[in-house]
Amino acid sequence: MENLVYAIVLLPLAGFLINGLFGKNLPKVFVGGLATLVVFASFIITTSIFLGFKSDSAPVVVKAFEWFRVNGIQVNFGFQIDQLSLMMVMIITGIGSLIHLYSIGYMSHDKGFYKFFTYLNLFIFSMLLLVLGSNYLILFIGWEGVGLCSYLLIGFWYTNEDYGKAARKAFIMNRIGDLGLLIGIFAIAAQVNAIDYLSVAENSSKFALDSSAIIFITVSLFIGAVGKSAQIPLFTWLPDAMAGPTPVSALIHAATMVTAGVYLVVRSNFLFSLAPSTLNLILFIGIATSLVAAFIGLRQNDIKKVLAYSTVSQLGFMFIALGAGAYTTGMFHVMTHAFFKALLFLGAGSVIHAMSGEQDMRFMGGLRKKIPVTYWTFLIGTLAITGIPPLSGMVSKDEILTHIYAKSPLLWGLTLFSAALTAIYMFRLLFLTFFGEFRGTEEQKHHLHESPAVMTIPLIVLAILSVVGGFINLPHFIGHGHFQKLAHWLEPIYVYDIETPEIPFATEMILLAVTVIMVVVIFFAVKAIYVTKKKNALPEESYTGWEKLSARKLFIDEIYNAMIVRPFEEAGKAAAMFDKAVLDPIVNFIGLGAQDSGRAAKRLQNGNVENYVLIMSLAIGIVLIVNFLLK
Amino acid sequence: MALFLSVKKIYKIMGDVNTFIQQVPLEYFIILSTVLFCLGVLGVLLRKNAIVILGCVELMLNSVNLLLAAFSAYKGDGNGQLLVFFIMVVAAAEVAVGLAIIAMMYRNTRSVDVSIFNKLRG
Amino acid sequence: MDQFLFFLVAFLAIASAVYFVFARNPLYAILSLIVTMFSIAGMYILLNAQFLGIVQIIVYAGAIMVLFLYILMMLNLNKEDESKKANLPKFIGIFSVCILFVGMLGAYKGLTGKTTAAESIDNSVGLTKNLGRLLFNEYVLPFELASILILAGIVGAVLIGKKDL
Repeated sequence: MENLVYAIVLLPLAGFLINGLFGKNLPKVFVGGLATLVVFASFIITTSIFLGFKSDSAPVVVKAFEWFRVNGIQVNFGFQIDQLSLMMVMIITGIGSLIHLYSIGYMSHDKGFYKFFTYLNLFIFSMLLLVLGSNYLILFIGWEGVGLCSYLLIGFWYTNEDYGKAARKAFIMNRIGDLGLLIGIFAIAAQVNAIDYLSVAENSSKFALDSSAIIFITVSLFIGAVGKSAQIPLFTWLPDAMAGPTPVSALIHAATMVTAGVYLVVRSNFLFSLAPSTLNLILFIGIATSLVAAFIGLRQNDIKKVLAYSTVSQLGFMFIALGAGAYTTGMFHVMTHAFFKALLFLGAGSVIHAMSGEQDMRFMGGLRKKIPVTYWTFLIGTLAITGIPPLSGMVSKDEILTHIYAKSPLLWGLTLFSAALTAIYMFRLLFLTFFGEFRGTEEQKHHLHESPAVMTIPLIVLAILSVVGGFINLPHFIGHGHFQKLAHWLEPIYVYDIETPEIPFATEMILLAVTVIMVVVIFFAVKAIYVTKKKNALPEESYTGWEKLSARKLFIDEIYNAMIVRPFEEAGKAAAMFDKAVLDPIVNFIGLGAQDSGRAAKRLQNGNVENYVLIMSLAIGIVLIVNFLLK
Repeated sequence: MALFLSVKKIYKIMGDVNTFIQQVPLEYFIILSTVLFCLGVLGVLLRKNAIVILGCVELMLNSVNLLLAAFSAYKGDGNGQLLVFFIMVVAAAEVAVGLAIIAMMYRNTRSVDVSIFNKLRG
Repeated sequence: MDQFLFFLVAFLAIASAVYFVFARNPLYAILSLIVTMFSIAGMYILLNAQFLGIVQIIVYAGAIMVLFLYILMMLNLNKEDESKKANLPKFIGIFSVCILFVGMLGAYKGLTGKTTAAESIDNSVGLTKNLGRLLFNEYVLPFELASILILAGIVGAVLIGKKDL
């Protein structure tokens, strides 16, 4: 088993090294193929371990080496194989290999082809470290690694200064979250004297419920999750991260990296279950984020930006699930979201590829006849995300809604509203892009073509997964819990009992019906607006009223700029002035002092022998007198 | 006869260093030696004639010799006087070489004033 | 009696040394230096360091001083060829010598005016026989090296003094 685990982690690293060192001189087919193969090989190995792992198996900790011991805390470098990490690794490597395959087609005209795959492999490696690590420190290493790769990949087309700024923004916002995570890890180490998951889980019972210590720890960890998973207030980096190539958006900012925050919370369930206040905080932030992001997504014109805000909103959904104590549901939504969001992003990439680089939806339209495979897969993705049964998105979203209803009907209403907004902007995107008349230039119309097979095969695979993915955790009322495979699978992860909500069957049916009817109504309403009435999206500047708020992203970026960025810049300028006016003269003074004293000392050596003898005798006399005095 | 008597008296005086030791304390020799030494240093500092400076060095050496001999006589140890002997040897060799240098100096610059030799400036 | 002799010889030494340091005419200075050498030889005699006394007269007064006079006369200096020194260095020089003097005296602080017991002192140390015995038994190696040193001095002096190498 150990060798297999090492292979899982080291294969992408090997791909990174080979492509990074030699990729420039290797043929493109080799570079892309190698990168895809290593990730796919990791996936196969993980599947084989998965098949051998039972749902009640104990976690297997593979210790690579003893790392260090500080103050009684022994930290080992090792990997932990349990149900949660296996699930995450399968998602990462499975979807990762599909996206690698897609990238071979998408990036085939790019000069930095080998660099792209190098970074992708490095990202997979870091993400695997993150989810497979057996203690918080290795998680942090992977955390930082994915942050770095995110920066590298967002700013991949580095000649454009705006992309570089977007990359920096992502990195810095991540960093703020990382500080919270670090403080949380330190607090855990201080309180529990261990940082590996099993020890902390064992000792977690010494924390009193909702005590200040556990609240501090969990809030700090959650701050880390907020940074990485783009919740309020650290979410503005994700839409800007769309500056990177579309496969990057699909892999990192839809399927894997942004789910690291959710993974962190689920992994630390033994801590979070002891802090209901933090769970409430998570719940509220999740709701707020999903509402705000969905609202902004209503009037965005860039196809990728809509999907970005959709990602933020769906992450909000996952945190709503976590806040309600439904860890399994959160992980379930992670999985289904990975399927359909990756599908949507890759589909958008296919559209952009067909439109010769155009990303603005106002200039698209009527593409469904021209690029049919893309259209059908995109349609499936859209149906999944909006929650049409029996697709996967509906199953997971319904589960979230059920859990939140058990907590509070008011919050259920808000969540339902957010789901409605999701449906609105997704259908708007669908209709503007694929229906109606083509609104682009003649040249673009000329070049419209379906994507090559390397790009469409991943789309098809993901579409199939989006359809059937929901069946692993069907609700209770179907088969009396027999189909709740995922919940059974993840049960051993949870240290403390998870309360399952008891809702009468009738209520559950009504909730389900309300959701589905709402989505269908929205479908027809949006279709009526954008297809029948042929209304087009406006340029962002010409909106008014609430549409303006949505199109201008609620002015959040401007607010951050004024409140946080400008003061820092001014402080930096003040420090620079202080440096130039005060510190430089001091240092120069020392240098000049040395020069002047040297010049003065030079005058002692004038070649006059008498002078020398004089000084010598004077010195001897003084030495003698001092000696005499000191006696 | 008078010569013989005076020599004998001198010899008698010479043999009676004990009384000398009892009458003249050692400190007097120390002060005398110090004064001569400081006079030598003064001469080196004040004079500009190279030959006189060399003579002052000789004066300093002599003062040290005197002190060494005094200590040796007062302590009954012969090593001090032997050291004086060797110092004299060295002083002789040094004077020979030093005066040869001064002669060379004069031959090149027609003067023995030390203040004109300041080419080793920094 | 001994004290009187001591003071006499000491006074002579200091006086001639002072004149040597302050004389304008270098010839007079050298001559007074000869007197100093002789007085120091007298001191040696008083201390019963007979060998040293004779050697002082022979070597110092007889050879070294004569060498000085040779060179002095060869240089054919005028009575007053020496340039005047500026005042400031003179004062600093005198001052530093005073400091030196005080310092050196301070080093001898703690000595009492008593002399050692007379019986324990061997007063035949300065005799030639005893000194010779010491020289040729324990210090024979330095003695030989001293002769080589003199040889080096001779060779060096001749080489330096040559007109053309």
